[in-house]
Amino acid sequence: MDIPASPSVVLCRAVCKSFRGKGHAAATQALDGVALTVPTGAMVALVGPDGAGKTTLIRLIMGLMPPDSGAITVLGHNIVQSPHAAESSVSYMPQKFGLYEDLTVQENLDLYADLHNVSTRERRERYPILFSMTNLGRFSDRLAGRLSGGMKQKLGLACALVQSPRLLVLDEPTVGVDPVSRRELWSILLDLVKQQSLTVLVSTPYLEEAELCGHTVVMFQGRILAEGAPQAVADYARQRTFHLATRPGVQPRRVAAAWLTNSAVVDAVPEGGQVRVVFKTPAGATATPPSVPDEPGFRGAGPDVTVFKEVQPHFADGFMVLLRQAMAPPRDLPASPGGGAPLPVSARGAAPPPPQTAAMPSAEPVVEVRDLVRRFGNFVAVDQVNFQISRGEIFGLLGPNGAGKSTTFRMLCGLLPLTSGTLRVAGHDLRHARASARQTVGYVAQKFSLYSHLSVRDNLEFFASAYGLRGRRRRQRLAWAVAEFGFSTLLASATGRIPDGFKRRLAMACALLHEPRILFLDEPTSGVDPLARREFWKRITAMADEGVTVVVTTHFMEEAEYCDRMVIMMNGRILAQGTPAAIRQLGATAAVTEPTMEDAFIHVVRRDPRRSSSQAGT
Amino acid sequence: MSARAKLAKPRRIFAMSRKEARQMLRDPSSIALGIVLPLLLILLFGYGLSLDAHHVPIAVVLEDHSPAAQSLFGAFAGSRYFRPRALYSMAAAEKLLSAGRVDGILRLRHEFSRELAAGHARLQYVTDSIDANRARLIQNYARGVIAAWLAQRALTHGWREISPVALQPQIWFNRGLNSRYFLVPGLLVLIMTLIGALMTALVVAREWERGTFEALFATPVKPGEIVISKILPYFGLGMTGFAVTVAAARLLFHVPLRGSLLVLILVAALYLLVALGMGLFISTRAKNQFIASQAALLLTFLPAMMLSGFIFDLRSMPPAVQAITYVLPARYFVALLQTLFLAGDIWSVVVPNAAVLLVMAVLLLGMTRRLTVKRLV
Repeated sequence: MDIPASPSVVLCRAVCKSFRGKGHAAATQALDGVALTVPTGAMVALVGPDGAGKTTLIRLIMGLMPPDSGAITVLGHNIVQSPHAAESSVSYMPQKFGLYEDLTVQENLDLYADLHNVSTRERRERYPILFSMTNLGRFSDRLAGRLSGGMKQKLGLACALVQSPRLLVLDEPTVGVDPVSRRELWSILLDLVKQQSLTVLVSTPYLEEAELCGHTVVMFQGRILAEGAPQAVADYARQRTFHLATRPGVQPRRVAAAWLTNSAVVDAVPEGGQVRVVFKTPAGATATPPSVPDEPGFRGAGPDVTVFKEVQPHFADGFMVLLRQAMAPPRDLPASPGGGAPLPVSARGAAPPPPQTAAMPSAEPVVEVRDLVRRFGNFVAVDQVNFQISRGEIFGLLGPNGAGKSTTFRMLCGLLPLTSGTLRVAGHDLRHARASARQTVGYVAQKFSLYSHLSVRDNLEFFASAYGLRGRRRRQRLAWAVAEFGFSTLLASATGRIPDGFKRRLAMACALLHEPRILFLDEPTSGVDPLARREFWKRITAMADEGVTVVVTTHFMEEAEYCDRMVIMMNGRILAQGTPAAIRQLGATAAVTEPTMEDAFIHVVRRDPRRSSSQAGT
Repeated sequence: MSARAKLAKPRRIFAMSRKEARQMLRDPSSIALGIVLPLLLILLFGYGLSLDAHHVPIAVVLEDHSPAAQSLFGAFAGSRYFRPRALYSMAAAEKLLSAGRVDGILRLRHEFSRELAAGHARLQYVTDSIDANRARLIQNYARGVIAAWLAQRALTHGWREISPVALQPQIWFNRGLNSRYFLVPGLLVLIMTLIGALMTALVVAREWERGTFEALFATPVKPGEIVISKILPYFGLGMTGFAVTVAAARLLFHVPLRGSLLVLILVAALYLLVALGMGLFISTRAKNQFIASQAALLLTFLPAMMLSGFIFDLRSMPPAVQAITYVLPARYFVALLQTLFLAGDIWSVVVPNAAVLLVMAVLLLGMTRRLTVKRLV
């Protein structure tokens, strides 16, 4: 079939691409018969969880990899035959922004201008525009490596725009960037599309960002599930999306966790102090929710819920409906319950309930942090941080990459000495406490601390020994971990070869073997698809119910809804602290009556007097 | 569009090389490798790795108390190579040797003076041969001391020379004092291999790791331009390292340069191109810094050190290992260096060795150019 001379900028047909597995691992099908059309002057968003194939598709379009089969045309050039034919008219910003960190802002711009043959005259016109668009003018002599994530992202964009491309391709430009910078980037992009009739193809794992684009393409496991205007995707959840108000004193996250287990429910998340539920079947004409079957373990329809109210579906709701449909035949390991299928909720299983739960008053602080400071040379990573966490709380540390969350965490876990301040975890400073004090703490690092050449069983047994478990208790806890996390068929597999979702579960299982009273989780949901994120939060909710104190960091603002209390961190400092409801209210303005967590974050950051000086990082 | 891209080539090469040079100059490790390391190696090899042994502790077992035996002990005591300790039983000496307190035992038996008078004295020398090279060296020094003692004795006693044939080679071996003369120039092979191969392999791997190649590949830059821009700055750094080493060799250690400086520079430049070719060739395959550095060390640096004839004599290697050395560029460079520094512009050596290097440079850089494609997988 020949390609018609259409006004489309990118045309993909039946594109397949697989990657050879390492060692004995099976090959992964990254793209499976993808067809995509990007019309001239459009802004198209590729949306999907990590591993959906977004980056692979973009790299194929950029001619950076050959497809296994299929046709790709960019600006009329056959990219499969001549991969570099379109490169002088296309600008590309890869995930890591493609900046040279040891060159200054100006030197990076000059380099890309030279490579794109931009003349001196064109530069004189273009540089001032780029500098004013990105606010980088003041920093032109600064090394790119010393810019904050948001500034790097804008410099990456400026480098892609030194020429006037006909097509701009951006691969996850907003990942790891603070919400304020994310909003700024999107407004720049929308302006460009409007004023210069530029065509933009952009990928993002943030579902709410897709709503800003004219056209969205939902990808999952190498296939395109749906495409169309954001509203068209949202419509998949029309008449199925409800807000559930809960009885006072009942935490929405617990109701959400219960509703998620029900087979009639597609999605349930805490939102704005209520529970947002998406049902499998549409509501009747009376706008009442579909009837929910009684199922074992399901207590959500009981007295905890007071009011149902149908609401406008969001893009994310439609996305979840599509995802659940696509998941129906689980494509995961044969014996595993799929990426997001519910697991037993009890986090304790056969183990006897910990005795302290009832005895301890819940208001007693388990973690106390006062005037915590950590410097690395001149750089202040954590600056005068104060907070207290009570027993059984889920406490969230929110903020973009580089906010100081992980540094705070490492100090709490006794892995990093403090520069100044005081810190107590369960009455100890873990850095100086004896090993017995560490027994009360479990820690799951951002990069799983697993031995990838050992089997799943070896890893579990090693961590059991490391925590000093012996005899009957050891056997019980190992049996609990296997049953709870669904490892029974994987026990003999090398840990390096099991799917990422299971690695994450294994890391968590290892941290829970010794039944810690306090659990530290560093970015447990980053790079996790929405279904697995729901499963994770369900488990955390169940653990908190049993008196485990959970401290968790995340850069997903909406996940704050699962926390009892939270802090917002940025550039090493705490900008706001309180319950999710209280923090959300900080974002309320005359125009925004029902602010989201992200609105609140942006409001808090914008009113911060030190923002302008600290924007560029150190 | 393509015509425009072709025309702008010099500008892109300039832009890319300037970027590379800036990165190199801002990276402290490149200065360390280009200037500090040569100086450090020169000091280490020049002063530290001397093939001479000084004040070696040995036990001299004097079972014979004759004046002749006393005089031989005196000869050892007077030598700067030995610090002898007089003992009177072999058992005591063996105890010291096993305790590592002495490095050898010289035994003068009861019949020593009698045999000496008869003209066929036999000495027993026991060495601690854990370090075989050092043991051999010490043994040879001992022979030297004894030979000198015999000669002295012959002179004072007005005797005829005693078995001169056996003594000659020991004196020749003591030319090890001049080992610096070939060790210091030989350092050039190490320094230029490190800068040429290790550094370039690392900087390319860094571009893979940091994802900058992905952005670069999406621009109209040509693969050949990427290769050239990696070569130019590191060629400059390598020649700087060369200059530092040669200057130090001449000024600090007064190593003679008997060939012409110009030929030396040309030959060094040629070898540097080969080293750059090896580094860039490795980097087309190794896409992270760890693998790149391991590959560069194993494939270029260690062979240059062990199998080039720089420290270990190639002729004393087994034939199979000798055969391997023929594919190593370092071997030809060491041959050139030793000739140019110690012998002079001997064209029958310079021309064939330089020709081999030239062929290698062309092959390696050509292959690198072919293998550098703007593709991620």
